[in-house]
Amino acid sequence: MAVPLLDIKGLAVTIPTRGGERAAVSNVDFSVDRGEVVGLVGESGSGKSLSMLAVMGLLPRQFGVSGSIRFDGEEIAGAPERRLRALRGRRIAMVFQDPMTALNPVQTIGAQITEMIRLHNAGMSRAQVRQKALSLLEAVAIPAPERRFDQYPHEFSGGMRQRVVIAIAIANDPDLLIADEPTTALDVTIQAQIMEIFAGLRAERGMAIVLITHDLGLVAGLADRMSVLYAGRIAERGPVGPLFAAPRHPYTASLLAAVPSIDDVSERLHAIPGTPPSLSERPPGCAFAPRCDFAVPACRASEPDLTRVGGSVVACHRANDPAFAARLKEPA
Amino acid sequence: MLKVVVRRLLVMPFLLLGIVTATFLLAQFTKGNPLVSIIGARNLDNAEVVAAAKARWGLDRSVPERYAIYVWNLAHGDLGTSFRTKQPVLKDLAQRLPATLELVICAMIVGAAGGIALAIVSAEFKNSLADHVARLVALMGSCLPVFWLGLIALFLFSVQTRLLPGPGRLDIRAVAPPVTTGFMLVDTLLAGNVAGFIDAARHLVLPSLVLGWSVMGIVARMVRASMLDVLGQDYITMARAKGAGRLRVLVHHALANALIPALTILGFTFAYLITGSVLVETIFSWPGIGSYAVEAARSLDYPAITGVTIIGGLGFLVANLLTDVAYAAADPRMREAT
Repeated sequence: MAVPLLDIKGLAVTIPTRGGERAAVSNVDFSVDRGEVVGLVGESGSGKSLSMLAVMGLLPRQFGVSGSIRFDGEEIAGAPERRLRALRGRRIAMVFQDPMTALNPVQTIGAQITEMIRLHNAGMSRAQVRQKALSLLEAVAIPAPERRFDQYPHEFSGGMRQRVVIAIAIANDPDLLIADEPTTALDVTIQAQIMEIFAGLRAERGMAIVLITHDLGLVAGLADRMSVLYAGRIAERGPVGPLFAAPRHPYTASLLAAVPSIDDVSERLHAIPGTPPSLSERPPGCAFAPRCDFAVPACRASEPDLTRVGGSVVACHRANDPAFAARLKEPA
Repeated sequence: MLKVVVRRLLVMPFLLLGIVTATFLLAQFTKGNPLVSIIGARNLDNAEVVAAAKARWGLDRSVPERYAIYVWNLAHGDLGTSFRTKQPVLKDLAQRLPATLELVICAMIVGAAGGIALAIVSAEFKNSLADHVARLVALMGSCLPVFWLGLIALFLFSVQTRLLPGPGRLDIRAVAPPVTTGFMLVDTLLAGNVAGFIDAARHLVLPSLVLGWSVMGIVARMVRASMLDVLGQDYITMARAKGAGRLRVLVHHALANALIPALTILGFTFAYLITGSVLVETIFSWPGIGSYAVEAARSLDYPAITGVTIIGGLGFLVANLLTDVAYAAADPRMREAT
């Protein structure tokens, strides 16, 4: 089997707080193959973005990162800044959540795109760089790129800005695109257009994409596999189809139940009761146990290990219980 | 943007009139007798001399009359005649303002460049030793009195080590170049006098450093705060995600944004220095309007006091206008908003 493009093993991120170091991400395994789209799903604060910023080496210095991060076979966890800089923007690129804040307000769109090209293509002439930037604007379907080139971010709508952010990210044809909640800040019709751009990138350029989101609908539409993160740990991961059809972790099942369905005529939205534990008050056993309808005493006593069940890998004490699996399909 | 500038320029005369009125009244109500400096204390008992002097300088008229005459003359570009130098105030100021401006511009360069550099170090290495040292250096400039600092600087660099010349704008044996702009650096160059230029530059070093250091603290503090704010923004992470180096991110992306809120303080500092350079001018025998203001105040030279105040007020108004223009230049969002 070929080496995965991105292979994370045992990733842990600690954050310094007044009460000492807190583990925000622990023991996360995650991999992406070339040309594959993998969803990284979880609530706010579950460690999705932290994990991916760790891959790019963009976490603040005070944060502790341990574990192995292999990119195209090369260990990049703790690699020197020089090496990481050569990868950033060239082979791994990132699309940020909020296009309103991701662009520098005092630079023209053109300057921000050409910067990305110039940083990694020292030999290109000014005219070539400009030409390339214009073609990128065209690639993300921005009308009248010539005119738009010299405008500033505040002259663009949110959706248009996100297209610019994507144009910047794909400028150097990266192997891996990390999209951090790329559509969260946009309205639904724009969301669909942005997701179409991603689908196109994958189909035409063979780009591998990590799609960080809390929107399972996006994952269903685009991803091949997905990992569900809860309180900084993998709760469940596997191919999207089987996982949607038969979630093995009560948390995944609750997330799926929380997606509003067009066929569902009841007026109430399903919500998961309670909130995820804060970094400082993580319960001793399974982190999800306090919110879980199926928790048994064992869940509060020890943390479940990841075990393979069918096509998925799941961290739940009751994952192998057949009666439990049947009940999961009909959440309370 | 042009509209704003025009509107500001139209309002300026009225603001100046306000400043003139306030200063005129304040000066008139000051306890003291300007005649002392006009005719000397000994002649105060001589009724004839007093009456003649009063008539000569218009001091026999009522305050409202004097005010009306002053404003009328001012509108015609006449700032009156100094009691002390017996020269038109406008001429006095024209002679002295370039010296002050030259010093203030150099001090601003020192203060702004130094303050911004310290702020970058502070923000990039927040809460580390480098941050504390940078903040201490900036704070010391604000805390240490400039008259003391000036004397120490003269003692160390001029008297003890002879690295730099003493007070004044040029060496006392040097022949001053013909006055064209009044800026010594420019005039020496215009006269093709390279040695004079170097001499003038060397004379500028100490007073500029002392005066510049005194404003470094406020600049550093403002820029540090806005740098820290900017460094937490998404577009900074984005710039790093592009593969940009640390220095490029700091200067090209962060500083360009962080300086926008700092422009206000830079403009204000410049205006403040025009009249705030008094102590440094005194210590370094700098023939600027600071020392002129001190002399004018001491001899209750009404026209000179009002003249200096007008220059100071004008300095603030112009600095404010320039700040607004700079805002528009630095921030594309401002260009349309105004």
